[in-house]
Amino acid sequence: MADRMSIVLFSGTVDKLLAASILATGAAAMDMDVEIFLTTWGIEAFRKGAYKTNTRVSKDFEEYGSVMRELMAAKKAPTWWENLLGAREIGDVHIAACSMTLELFGLTLNDLESVVDEVTGVATFMERAKDSKVTLFI
Amino acid sequence: MADTLDIVVDKEIDARGSFCPGPLMELIRGMKTLPIGGTLAVLSGDPGSLKDIPAWLAKAGHELLATEPHEGYTRFVARKAR
Repeated sequence: MADRMSIVLFSGTVDKLLAASILATGAAAMDMDVEIFLTTWGIEAFRKGAYKTNTRVSKDFEEYGSVMRELMAAKKAPTWWENLLGAREIGDVHIAACSMTLELFGLTLNDLESVVDEVTGVATFMERAKDSKVTLFI
Repeated sequence: MADTLDIVVDKEIDARGSFCPGPLMELIRGMKTLPIGGTLAVLSGDPGSLKDIPAWLAKAGHELLATEPHEGYTRFVARKAR
C-alpha cells in the first residue's frame, strides 16, 4: 500500500490553500496517497465558484496580500486551485468534507465543487489518517 | 554522468516560464506520453528542480541521463524505464 499524507484543511485563505495544494502535489508526485479533510473555512473555499473570487489571506499577513497576488501573476505561478487539480491528475488525492460543518452552514455536497469526493465525519478521517506517514493541520 | 549534450531525445519540453511545481508536473505529464525506453528533456528555470526532478525520477524508477546547467536554467534528460 502506498504511503499516505493526511491534511486537515481548516483554513480558507488563499495563502494557506496554496501551501496545502503544493504539499498535496509533492506528495502525489512522490507516489503518496493524499487524504484531505475540509472543515470550517476549508469548506467555504470549496463552495461552487468560490475559488474564482476568493482573495482572502491570513489576517497576520493581510498587508502583503495584494503584493503576493501581483508577484504570483507576474511569475505565472499556478493558483492553489490549479495545483490541486494537477495533484489529482497525477495521484490519488481524495477530498472529504466535514459533515458537521456542512450542517452548520446549511450546505450539502451539491453546494461544493465537484472535486470534493464525499461527506464524512471526523471519525472516518481519523480512521484514514491514523496510519499516515505525514499528517498536517492547515 | 557523461557529456550527453548530443543525445537525441524523443520529446523536449520547455518549462522555463513555469513556476514551481510546474516543471516537475510537465515532466510527469511528459513521461506518461512516452513509451518505455523513450527519452525526454525538460528545461527548468526553477532552482527547486535541481533536487525535485532527480528525486522524482529516482522514486518513479526512471533514469536521469543528464543534468545540463545553462545560463538561467537547467536541462534535464531522462529515459522512461518502466
